[in-house]
Amino acid sequence: MTTDSAPVRITRRRLLSAGAVLPVAATAASQLIRRDMPWQEGTAAEPTAATQASQGNQYAFLAAAEAAFVEAAVARIIPHDELGPGALEAGAAVFIDRQLAGEFGRGERWYMQGPWAKGEKTQGYQTRMTPANLYRAAIREIDAAVGHEGKAASFAKLAVAEQDRWLKDLEDGKPQLPTADAKTFFTMLLQNTLEGFWSDPVYGGNRDMAGWKLIGFPGAHYDYTAYVGKHGEAFPLPPTGLGGRPAWRKEGSNG
Amino acid sequence: MAERLPPVDALLVGFGWTGAILGQELTDAGLNVLALERGAWRDTPTDFAPTFAQDELRYYFRHELFERLSHETLTVRNNIGQTALPMRQLGSFLPGSNVGGAGVHWNGQTWRFLPSDFVAHSHNLQRYGKLQQDMTIQDWGVSYDELEPHYDRFEYICGISGQAGNLRGAIQAGGNPFEGPRARPYPNPPMAMSYPPTLFAEAARSLGYKPFPQPSANMSQAYTNPLGVQLGPCTYCGFCEKFGCGNYSKATAQTTILPVLMRKPNFTLRTESEVLKINLDSTGKRAVSVTYVDAAGREYEQPADLIVLTAYILHNVRLLLLSGIGKPYDPVAGTGVVGRNYAYQITSSVNVFYDDKLLNPFIGAGAHGMLIDEFNGDNFDHSGLGFIGGGFIGIVQTGGRPIEMHATPEGTPKWGSAFKKAIARNYLRSTSVVTHGAVMSHRGNYLDLDPTYRDVYGRPLLRMTFDFTDNEHKMSDYLTDKATDLAKAMKPREIKVNKRQGSWDVVPYQTTHNTGGAVMGTDPSTSVVNRYLQSWDVSNLFVLGSGAFPQNPGYNPTGTVAALAYWAADAIRTRYLKAPGPLA
Ligand SMILES: Cc1cc2nc3c(=O)[nH]c(=O)nc-3n(C[C@H](O)[C@H](O)[C@H](O)COP(=O)(O)OP(=O)(O)OC[C@H]3O[C@@H](n4cnc5c(N)ncnc54)[C@H](O)[C@@H]3O)c2cc1C
Ligand code: SF4
Repeated sequence: MTTDSAPVRITRRRLLSAGAVLPVAATAASQLIRRDMPWQEGTAAEPTAATQASQGNQYAFLAAAEAAFVEAAVARIIPHDELGPGALEAGAAVFIDRQLAGEFGRGERWYMQGPWAKGEKTQGYQTRMTPANLYRAAIREIDAAVGHEGKAASFAKLAVAEQDRWLKDLEDGKPQLPTADAKTFFTMLLQNTLEGFWSDPVYGGNRDMAGWKLIGFPGAHYDYTAYVGKHGEAFPLPPTGLGGRPAWRKEGSNG
Repeated sequence: MAERLPPVDALLVGFGWTGAILGQELTDAGLNVLALERGAWRDTPTDFAPTFAQDELRYYFRHELFERLSHETLTVRNNIGQTALPMRQLGSFLPGSNVGGAGVHWNGQTWRFLPSDFVAHSHNLQRYGKLQQDMTIQDWGVSYDELEPHYDRFEYICGISGQAGNLRGAIQAGGNPFEGPRARPYPNPPMAMSYPPTLFAEAARSLGYKPFPQPSANMSQAYTNPLGVQLGPCTYCGFCEKFGCGNYSKATAQTTILPVLMRKPNFTLRTESEVLKINLDSTGKRAVSVTYVDAAGREYEQPADLIVLTAYILHNVRLLLLSGIGKPYDPVAGTGVVGRNYAYQITSSVNVFYDDKLLNPFIGAGAHGMLIDEFNGDNFDHSGLGFIGGGFIGIVQTGGRPIEMHATPEGTPKWGSAFKKAIARNYLRSTSVVTHGAVMSHRGNYLDLDPTYRDVYGRPLLRMTFDFTDNEHKMSDYLTDKATDLAKAMKPREIKVNKRQGSWDVVPYQTTHNTGGAVMGTDPSTSVVNRYLQSWDVSNLFVLGSGAFPQNPGYNPTGTVAALAYWAADAIRTRYLKAPGPLA
């Protein structure tokens, strides 16, 4: 049934929709595929470019006051201590900045149509704010509330014990902020910090694989076949990312 | 106006696991088959190559392979007293999109249901005398024996790695002694076991249980399937569940069927073509075409003699409701069928922490584990327990991806220095015993159309009304207690018990094992399709997938989804095509 000598026919219609119905994937086009497993050179889907837009430590999304907040907060969520670098040293603030500047920050894959209601706890995220909006509003409102309390001008300027108290209150949903929901914001901040500590270094965090080294995760290894049966033995290789190992790369580059 | 296209013999709506199976079977029967897939073409070397597939952030947390909710989602609530709100972010389950469907990012845990699962209603009634009020379970209308050759077919297409437990009635050492009789062994031996499942198996044996290796669609060795397609040995990379395999080692449509099907002269695939509606003739008893929209937003009408819904349960049910096929279910009156008997899976876990054992949790695969089945289905006496059903218990070491999997002992804060220390201490030395339980169907759990929320085309979203009932909680607690005993028998430093408490919550990932809504049966007043998955109302329409399950047994669904697909395809080939019309 499967052999047939007729020539392969693939017609590829590159149609860019001008604001009509949004296609499933905005960049691709419908294909009619017959008698082939289509493959095109150079079409491998590498990690999203948007998240890599800014290089080094320049912030693409966060304004100075927002950056100060995020840096201070991630440094408390996973602190630098005797075990080594924390989330700040590992670049979690840079990671969060790039995420907020990209598709994630815009909530592009999320269903964001109204009407809006608070909902039950079991119904999940129900705010109208995209992650970028939520960070902006929450940081502004938390800093204002800290200033109102009178111990410092902003969260970043508080003593660490006070910062911890604030984070704990946010986690418990105690502060009634004017627009942002404290608990929703804290949940997102915590998740993004863990992502910035443990995701592949191509996204700007987990610098020098500090997060992976701390716990002993070897990263993007392709083959563990030889080690499946070595019960209880330490895995001998250092961690590897999608961009290789830190030792393989030029000074100062990410990934 | 929709442009009308030339007719085809058979049309598949969606091109994931069931679409690929039907495509292969119906083209073999000589039909001219067209598949319409809403997503894009997707294949191993371009979309999940080993050079970038192991990316936890991109694939799991940013959902790159899953359904885009900005395009389509559903609304959720726990009961009819609440207002359903949209699932704005993915959580509890992860529907697939693009060619290969959710099969691209499944784990590959490939089960057969128990013979008694197919007669859940009559079997439990006979053994226990009565059923709980408002439990709406029923028999499937198909038996295990009828499905056996079709299970076998799928297992050989996939190259399942496993150990037979029951060969033609003879119980086999090392396999699952509770499984139904199988005609021949699995095509591949079990996978090599890493440390955590091995420790579980030792503990289970010490308690008198009979542990066996998880039947797995991850290859234990190189394999060539009956279609001549080759798969390579799994490398235990630990990026399997929720990820594509860069290694041709996980059975998916792409690695088992498409290399043959795509080259057939009588098969055509149109990608980024989303079906909006099934159109009926004036009698309402015959489907004449579907309406679909392409990537440019253009609308087409595609006529076909035979239409098969292979779009995953949630989209199949929604398309039936939007097309006005079958009577929608009304939970108050208890009448109607479409959307009735929606069910799910209930899971729990017990974390196990050692000091003296290095477990290397990152060595894993999607279906790489040791399990026991003593507490699944009706493998144990439920008298006096106050529930029916059960689940499997064991350790499936799918990997140790650190954003997702960083268990900490009881009482550890979620952040700060103590959190960091706890992770550093426990990451390499912890694992988790899981329970994977059945969900019985219940009068109040169902699917219908949402009155408020719309998709990008302005059509109503599907609305899911679902909660775990008393039966599920009792059953899950029972399984969790057994899992706790097993975890203790592993002799760890400490454990942490994570029961499934409270109402079903859309936020934490549980399983993509949604079932029901278009259930099969022998009575049109309680089923949407007959025992061949043919619509009672529209005989040239077949509805595949786990939507056909009248309730959800304690195993992962796809083995049975696929067996039912081969069973339906066989009925179409051997009976329907000779005399098109109702088969039952
Ligand atoms: C993370 C994860 C892990 C899993 N692990 C397991 C496991 O270990 N064991 C197991 O048994 N099962 C597992 N599953 C479930 C398994 O993936 C599904 O049971 C299986 O893929 C269902 O096959 P299907 O053909 O019904 O749907 P799918 O394979 O999802 O295919 C449906 C296709 O239809 C397309 N479609 C939808 N709507 C339309 C439309 N309107 N028009 C055109 N096309 C449309 C979709 O884009 C998709 O490609 C897992 C699922 C997930 C997400
Ligand atoms: S664990 Fe095995 S089957 Fe799964 S993705 Fe890795 S290599 Fe493939």
